[in-house]
Amino acid sequence: MTPHHHASDELLLAYAAGRLDESLALLVATHLALCPHCRAEVERMEVLGGTIIEDLPPAPVASDALDVVLDRLDEEWEGPPARSRMEKIEDESARMLPQPLRDYLGGRLNTLKWRKLGPGVRQFQIIPRREGIATSLLRIAPNTAIPHHGHGGSEHTLVLAGSYMDETGQFRRGDVQSADDELTHRPVSGGEEECYCLIVADAPLRFTGLAGRILQPFLRF
Amino acid sequence: MTGCMQAVASRRDRAAFAELFQYYGPRVKSYLMRLGTDDESAEELMQEAMLLVWRKAEQFDATKAAAGTWIFAIARNLRVDALRRQKRPEIDHEDPALVPDGDPRADILVEREEQWERVRAALRSLPREQAHVIEMSFFDDKPHSEIAAELNLPLGTVKSRIRLAMGRIRNAMGDEQ
Repeated sequence: MTPHHHASDELLLAYAAGRLDESLALLVATHLALCPHCRAEVERMEVLGGTIIEDLPPAPVASDALDVVLDRLDEEWEGPPARSRMEKIEDESARMLPQPLRDYLGGRLNTLKWRKLGPGVRQFQIIPRREGIATSLLRIAPNTAIPHHGHGGSEHTLVLAGSYMDETGQFRRGDVQSADDELTHRPVSGGEEECYCLIVADAPLRFTGLAGRILQPFLRF
Repeated sequence: MTGCMQAVASRRDRAAFAELFQYYGPRVKSYLMRLGTDDESAEELMQEAMLLVWRKAEQFDATKAAAGTWIFAIARNLRVDALRRQKRPEIDHEDPALVPDGDPRADILVEREEQWERVRAALRSLPREQAHVIEMSFFDDKPHSEIAAELNLPLGTVKSRIRLAMGRIRNAMGDEQ
């Protein structure tokens, strides 16, 4: 099954142009692994990027540039380190993770050091917070509601397993939800299995209800 | 240029590489400078990028990309690595968890080179206002909301111009959706 909720043109274009921060690039690349539709769109955008560059006025290069590079063609080159693939899986639950994400988690999922955030909700920070951007995995027990909340900035969620539902629809594996400060919602995880999400947020969540305000100090995404 | 790229890939042809360099070197440098890189760093990065074109030439597959697309991706990734000192997460086409494409397109072997020319023609014939937002999306480190504010347009207009432009590119590439 392929996703129904796609990454926005804005995210895809910024990824194709190489302008996304590493955290969002990770979210987009992981979505692309699960979404042939967006993968084809990014390929088109890359063709477009190439043609745009081809039409730029050429910049003057150093007069010896070609000679310098020709002289270096025979230098030894080791190439990039080989990718860790499935053979590095340390726990079976990680098998469902697409490669871009596995690169960050070292083939583990259930055995990561999850931090309890609230009833039925656990979190793992993937990339240390920098420039206000938080990158984490959320693991939500079946049929669990996250208190009603708004967003002080942008927040992008990619579902990896299970599902959740909010006022705007249902989100399953591969689906992306991009929230800005206009969305307030109360997501509830589906009953079929645990829900795993990758979340990239550039500002802490704002909780609107009383239950949320009590939880807020603990829920630092 | 795809012919030159293939000559470099299959026979390590230095003359073909020199030709690629003369054509793409100045354009790659122009691209890097357009993104705000100063002259000296752009020169250095351009030389590194062209060296990578030589080193990675074996990975070039003319059925997957035109030379221009491939070289653009190399320069783009190098810049992310060098200037942001960040990794660029990418998909792995061998990944067993990857959801495969549906029906492989019958015309997949329609020459990428030809497709490339069609996209180039489509880009040139885009209405000015669509081409402008596409270029800003590629080159300016700004969210679409800022691009909208700068152009004094509603955000929805910026989004719809991008959608229209991408629709034309899709048609030019022969992808029906």
